[in-house]
Amino acid sequence: MNFETRTIGSIHAALQSGHTTATALATEHLARIRTHDQVPGEEINSFLALASERALAQAARVDDMVRRGDPLPPLAGVPMGIKDVLTMVGAPATAGSAILKGYHPPYDATAVAKLDAAGAVLLGKINCDEFAMGSSNENSAYGPVRNPRALDRVPGGSSGGSAAAVAAGFVSASLGTDTGGSVRQPGAFCGVVGLMPTYGRVSRYGLIAFASSLDRVGPFAHTVTDAATVLGVMAGADKMDATSATAAVDDYAAEAAKPVAGMRIGIPKEYFAEGLDAEIRAAVEKAVKGLEAQGCTVHHISLPHTEYAVPTYYVLATAEASSNLSRFDGIRYGHRTEHPGNLSSLYRESREEGFGAEVKRRILLGTYSLSAGYYDAYYRKAQQVRTLIARDFLAAFEQVDAIVTPITPTPPWKIGEKTDDPISMYLADIYTVAASLAGICGISVPCGETSHGLPIGVQVLAGHFAEGKLLRVAHAIESDHAAA
Amino acid sequence: MTTPESPTTSVTLEEVRHVATLANLQLTAEEEPRMQRDLNAILEHVAALSKLDTTGVPPLAQVGQLLEVHAAPAGASLRADQPAASLNRAAVMEEAPETDGRFFKVPKVIER
Repeated sequence: MNFETRTIGSIHAALQSGHTTATALATEHLARIRTHDQVPGEEINSFLALASERALAQAARVDDMVRRGDPLPPLAGVPMGIKDVLTMVGAPATAGSAILKGYHPPYDATAVAKLDAAGAVLLGKINCDEFAMGSSNENSAYGPVRNPRALDRVPGGSSGGSAAAVAAGFVSASLGTDTGGSVRQPGAFCGVVGLMPTYGRVSRYGLIAFASSLDRVGPFAHTVTDAATVLGVMAGADKMDATSATAAVDDYAAEAAKPVAGMRIGIPKEYFAEGLDAEIRAAVEKAVKGLEAQGCTVHHISLPHTEYAVPTYYVLATAEASSNLSRFDGIRYGHRTEHPGNLSSLYRESREEGFGAEVKRRILLGTYSLSAGYYDAYYRKAQQVRTLIARDFLAAFEQVDAIVTPITPTPPWKIGEKTDDPISMYLADIYTVAASLAGICGISVPCGETSHGLPIGVQVLAGHFAEGKLLRVAHAIESDHAAA
Repeated sequence: MTTPESPTTSVTLEEVRHVATLANLQLTAEEEPRMQRDLNAILEHVAALSKLDTTGVPPLAQVGQLLEVHAAPAGASLRADQPAASLNRAAVMEEAPETDGRFFKVPKVIER
């Protein structure tokens, strides 16, 4: 596959100049997906459902605007895909789970509605780990997603399909969700940009909840500027989500273009310790050198509670999941067991049949840590450690504007390599979960390749609602890498 | 308060079944030992948290607390309690496994 990849800016120009139409773009991208997403033996398997009717109707509306000479909204005609944990009218929403097979949501998620209002052409719903639980996209009830850059390898997770669809050229941008790294890590594994906004920056109304104190909606794109544009469309308070923040929404694409000279970059020693792949270390260090060359100052810092982030995350995220997923009971929507004996067995059997192994594992762990006698030792303890982890970052951002780290300790692994070992899978999240717990924003930017041609990404982190700074640094890394 | 004792990290099969019951999950005979093994492996890893002295550290439920941007006093952040249009009932009920169009149907709860 070697499709021309179109950025949002290039689509805008091509529509304005009459070089193409939104309908032609939509038709071409739908055909790409139909022809290339499910090639037997080489299936990327990124799309779970196409929304052709909705996409073509939207494309026709955009073409009418062009014909009338109306000003085009920021995402006019841009082919996009939506992770299947977000609701979108016109296509089923399964969250990658058998328990929601065939569920047709009656409303659009706010993030989806905002993309739609900005002219985006939403092609369909994208595969992911079941209820966004996983780091490899192997936990989907609808089969694993392959990494378009190396078909025998995982695309990362849980938004693996959303990263893969951009990398494969099926869409120009997509939506994912990041609870413990689920946008940043697949971005790194597939060689695309993945942005996790600050907690509260983007409404979660219409997001099928996994861990409500951690879940964020974020975009994948080919470029930092495109990711900034999509964020700008989605960001802002929403009366349907009480956790959405009222902080001012900046012109993120303009912020990204500003020079980085004088910015202070923090390098936390805990993220460069034992276990980090040598080629990834070298690529990240090269990106830091590039920032220095553009006038940034580099500061060696410490985030002392980093080693506790993975256990803290897995206690808190599973506890919240066990509560959130209790709504799947076979009554109001989703799978119901065929011959329930009584109400209690209806619940238990519907859930037993509908949930996959990883989801059950996390529900059990979360229920255990919330249960009588264990709450203080696990759940409350983890909440206290979360405070310490968040304070680490607040202290760091008094000294520096942004933090630069690796995203993953290793390049993408082979499909099947870690499926029997949940701990080794959880430990792969070591560089992403702390920022999730602290609620700060982060992004993955492609910064190199391994000697085997596997993508390497670098992570930039910035403080709460400091997306402007985050994107400036990310854009500087991207420009430097493109020039190399 | 001193640092709590390292929590027990040996979950028995009986505890796995108890937790499954609390979670309304019904594990198969093959799943039970596998879940026991995995829970113990994960809890052993989580036990690292007990090394840390958290005396006097407040628990953090979500970052809004930290930033004080979401927390509003006396319900000031709640929207006005006014009736507004809600989802189309027919579209919602259509997704239910069993319904008469007005109610969700479940197996009989009370025998008489």
